[in-house]
Amino acid sequence: MPEILVALYIFVLSCFIGYWVIWGVTPSLHTPLVALTNAISGIIILGALLATGLQGVGNLAEIFGFFAVLLASINIFGGFLVTQRMLAMFNKKKKK
Amino acid sequence: MEISANTQAIAYLISAILFIFALKGLTSPASARTGNYYGMAGMLIAVLATLLGGDVQSYGFIIAGVAAGALIGGVLAARVQMTAMPQLVAALHSFVGMAAVLVAVATYLNHAALGTLNSLLMAELSVGIVIGAITFSGSVIAFGKLQGIISGQPVKFKGQHLLNLLLAVVIIGFAVDFAMHETLTSLIIMTILAFLLGFLLIIPIGGADMPVIISMLNSYSGWAAAATGFTLQNNLLIIVGALVGFSGAILSYIMCVAMNRSILHVVFGGFGGDDAAAEVSAAGQAAEKGVKSASVEDAIYWMEDASKVIIVPGYGMAVAQAQHALKDFMELLEERGVEVVFAIHPVAGRMPGHMNVLLAEADIPYDNVKEMNDVNPEFATADVALVVGANDVTNPAAKTDKSSPIYGMPILDVEKAQHVYVIKRSMRPGYSGVENLLYYQDNCSLIFGDAKDVCENLANALKGGAH
Repeated sequence: MPEILVALYIFVLSCFIGYWVIWGVTPSLHTPLVALTNAISGIIILGALLATGLQGVGNLAEIFGFFAVLLASINIFGGFLVTQRMLAMFNKKKKK
Repeated sequence: MEISANTQAIAYLISAILFIFALKGLTSPASARTGNYYGMAGMLIAVLATLLGGDVQSYGFIIAGVAAGALIGGVLAARVQMTAMPQLVAALHSFVGMAAVLVAVATYLNHAALGTLNSLLMAELSVGIVIGAITFSGSVIAFGKLQGIISGQPVKFKGQHLLNLLLAVVIIGFAVDFAMHETLTSLIIMTILAFLLGFLLIIPIGGADMPVIISMLNSYSGWAAAATGFTLQNNLLIIVGALVGFSGAILSYIMCVAMNRSILHVVFGGFGGDDAAAEVSAAGQAAEKGVKSASVEDAIYWMEDASKVIIVPGYGMAVAQAQHALKDFMELLEERGVEVVFAIHPVAGRMPGHMNVLLAEADIPYDNVKEMNDVNPEFATADVALVVGANDVTNPAAKTDKSSPIYGMPILDVEKAQHVYVIKRSMRPGYSGVENLLYYQDNCSLIFGDAKDVCENLANALKGGAH
């Protein structure tokens, strides 16, 4: 099976997982859900790392890569931390 | 240390599983925090596996980028007001979009330098660039509308959709040319046009549809990541992209159902602009019936010995930062033995679940907070419904007036409560521009004023115990 078909298999099956998992999310946590998906879509940093760190490529690619790493990192740190902040608000009330 | 490709693949798999658990954690507030830690662990594993995989040889730019990103992201996350969450989210969406574009361009440059370009790769690159660019410029517009830099009014002009369609066709044309002939000019033109398309797709969407736009762009950012995954043949990117893409798509669907509108209607809609003008005159007849205004003391009179009070928060509460004052008021009522319930409409606020976060911020227990379908039967048994800065989601015209633009939208059955008090700054209609028929009902009175001031006055009046 060519690589692109394997990728397609993975893509389609992941869509199904996404469908079922997301429907289970409680509506009161929809804002944290969006923030969390912000964070994990920062996974695009993998592409940025590969583009930046490749040896022997031009400076231009490195510069593009640097900005991609920067933006993806903002997503990762910003997303996870703000999710954490919100969830802490939901949780502290439980102790009451 | 360097790890083999197989080890890396296993690490990616573990990371994918952790991300799924992270999302799964949001099934309940109790498990959500653990879920977030799973997500962090997944990200850490994925990044380490990539850095150690042998493809990454120089670290200078990477360390600088991550350090700067961590600083900026950390400050943003720590400083952002919960009211401004939609803006933060829109900004983060735009970053994912831009990152996708940058990665695709850098990948192109790398492959061009190594002489390993092929048509399939260039086609995949084009998809990544186009989705990324649309996500970026669309999110920038959404951010501008939320922040008030750009008018929330939908911008519409003749032939708009035709222009977008034409633009899409031209973009595809340039993408095909780029993939077939490796023309750099086509790549550049395609990228610029895709940015333009993202801009044009979002400007006609009105402020009332913000929750849908946020969800839609959330979805786009996922697809952008997935497209990058195809380009780089990175399965983890594909999996995560699909998860995020579907998350946004489902949220968009939920938001649309909550407004009784189809996604196509939202995308092409331009809701809350021109149609509103006609509506005001129709409601003008209702205005002749007059609106009752009430004082804080009137409202307290009915609430202090009530058995049940349902509070309906809306975006106006967020703007006035009235959630903390509301919490004090809630506690005072509870001390007197009054049952207090918060009723949340799915599209209240500017993004999905916005109200829940604001109430959580004010330490209002989530057991007191109920979703529309659960709370609607309770209005009939409530002594008082207190509407704080919500408007369209309480408008009975959605049920009775077939000519109303919001007809058919599920609403909170506020009008069924014995007494309804609405805290409002002015008689201005809601974001949809539609006059609220609720205000003309016999059991409804308006308390004019800033939501926060009024809530504080309500609390003070109760504390005074004058009655």
